[in-house]
Amino acid sequence: MLGAGYFGQFGGRFVAETLVPALEELDRARQEILPAPSFQAELHELLRSYVGRPTPLTEAKRLARRIDPDGGAIAELLLKREDLCHTGAHKINNALGQLLLAKAMGKTRIIAETGAGQHGVATATAAALLGLPCEVYQGALDMERQAPNVARMRLLGARVVPVESGSRTLKDAMNEALRDWVTNVRTTYYCVGSAAGPHPYPTLVASLQRIIGDEARASCLDRGALPDAVIACVGGGSNAIGIFKAFEGDPSVSLYGVEAAGHGLDTDKHAATLSRGRVGVLHGAKTYVLCDDAGQVNEAHSVSAGLDYPGVGPEHARLRDTGRATYVSATDTEALDAAREVARAEGIVVALETAHAFAAIGAIARREAEARGRPARILVCLSGRGDKDLDTITAYGGGK
Amino acid sequence: MHRIDQRFVELRRAGRKALCVYLCVGDPSLEASGFLAVEAIDAGADILELGVPFSDPTADGPTLARAAERAIAAGATLERVLDVASRIRARSEAPLVLFTYYNPVLVAGEAKVARLAREAGVDALLVVDLPPEEAGPLRGACAAEGLGVVPLVSPTSHAARVEAIRRASMPLDGAPRAFVYSISMTGVTGASPSDLAAAARDAEAMRRSFDRPVLVGFGIDSGVSARLAAGEATGGADGVVVGTALARRIEQAASGDEQRRVVRSFVGDLRRALDEPA
Repeated sequence: MLGAGYFGQFGGRFVAETLVPALEELDRARQEILPAPSFQAELHELLRSYVGRPTPLTEAKRLARRIDPDGGAIAELLLKREDLCHTGAHKINNALGQLLLAKAMGKTRIIAETGAGQHGVATATAAALLGLPCEVYQGALDMERQAPNVARMRLLGARVVPVESGSRTLKDAMNEALRDWVTNVRTTYYCVGSAAGPHPYPTLVASLQRIIGDEARASCLDRGALPDAVIACVGGGSNAIGIFKAFEGDPSVSLYGVEAAGHGLDTDKHAATLSRGRVGVLHGAKTYVLCDDAGQVNEAHSVSAGLDYPGVGPEHARLRDTGRATYVSATDTEALDAAREVARAEGIVVALETAHAFAAIGAIARREAEARGRPARILVCLSGRGDKDLDTITAYGGGK
Repeated sequence: MHRIDQRFVELRRAGRKALCVYLCVGDPSLEASGFLAVEAIDAGADILELGVPFSDPTADGPTLARAAERAIAAGATLERVLDVASRIRARSEAPLVLFTYYNPVLVAGEAKVARLAREAGVDALLVVDLPPEEAGPLRGACAAEGLGVVPLVSPTSHAARVEAIRRASMPLDGAPRAFVYSISMTGVTGASPSDLAAAARDAEAMRRSFDRPVLVGFGIDSGVSARLAAGEATGGADGVVVGTALARRIEQAASGDEQRRVVRSFVGDLRRALDEPA
């Protein structure tokens, strides 16, 4: 037997035996049900009429001049507006696809984990639309940080289960969701929110999120040219893999993922797994993990609950090692400052996760412009809106 | 013959069921775990599973998750668990199984862990989140040191899957046959017992196809349930694994002395229940 679902040395299926047959069943469904024309037609109709796809590209001229006043680094700054999706983030692309699949597989109950609550809201929304009961595991600390999303999930009919173990954040929510799944595996569908976890989740989630990149690439070509650089924030990495996928085969396009540096990479309070992690196994996949010499997983830190995760999707681990993508980081403060800049310059309140990608635009644009000898065309994945983060941003002083 | 295989031959010859006891090493302290392990052996445990605490024990219920948190706080690491193993080995010839999640093994290095485990007197490894498809390198590293890797079978493992597990877990040259761990129900450790009599019947069929001893674990919390899960004297399972029920008693004990008393009395109860004539 050979392990399935590897990206180079990363990925695989490191789970308790009880879950292996369920993952095999899901992988068959992914290969047989997902590509079927009738399934694709139903999914795309919902993405159009319910989610609001395709989402637009917005040119951010004022923000570009604020970041690059003399115009030497940025020729064009384009934003892929996933914040305009129903529920306010890219997460709905994945949740809707997976829940349609769950229904086709005959599953009668949905569970999910959530950090910032965006995936929880997206899953609760899709579950309401499709008439499926839904329970969402969320770290107790994250429930405090993202109270509006907790209220939204409950309004949508989902049961939100507080997780009090460990760091009371995303990793612990995923632990608890896995415990639920191992107990109720025969009836329950586990809707994983990022391109992480055991095979086939990284592949399944990437295939549902690549619509971000496919649309963005077509829009760029309509405007006349591919971008020089694509930038996205990376926690587990689903919006990033979704936009990267479409450009992976374009050698002229540089791919940049931005991780959360929290209080700084040289402190013990960050979530920069690809910058500071080591090869390990967390939540079913071999990937980069923040852990100590004894293999105990560290508690990650980020002001953004959606990036506060000590692992990362295994495909990003491979893109890092092959050098096809470059991973940089932004601190809490840089992200908060960027969120305020974007609001003032463009009239868009971005999620704190997304704000990390914006915080890195200046440095990436200068690097690309220098390498290319001309100002660079930059495409940023604006993965979600920031209503849920208003308390954090205003407490920091962003409301002043 | 390997020590663990020898033990199963002796048990079978004597017509006895194996009692395998799981201890989360480091709960409440590394030193205490050494004492508690010896108490368990003296009270009738045939095999010990020495648990390496892990920060994210996704296969464990709340009792063993709390035990792991306490053990990590007490400084338990894979290498220190092996120190405890070597202290137990100095006192006893009971087979020792290192029970762990995969990340501590991967981070330390599989070959190094296998070597240290052999030096500590461990007989086999059981890695709860390492299905056979992913276990090739560890099996090789362990066989090179004369150690086995215990496969797990779950109620969700369909017939083709059981056959795949059987083939992928065939003992390598130099490795003991050890045993097969049959999980009695879908769930985490410490959940309520399910149909343990059915689990015993499944174990009997499994032993015939694997041609290896089969131990039933999960949901065994008393002498009565141990007896049910072990099944008929001449058929059924080769034995049972008890973990959470003991960890709960250790957690609730008020002092170190009381912990040793509860381990002695509970393991003794399980032993007597398994040894009672049908």
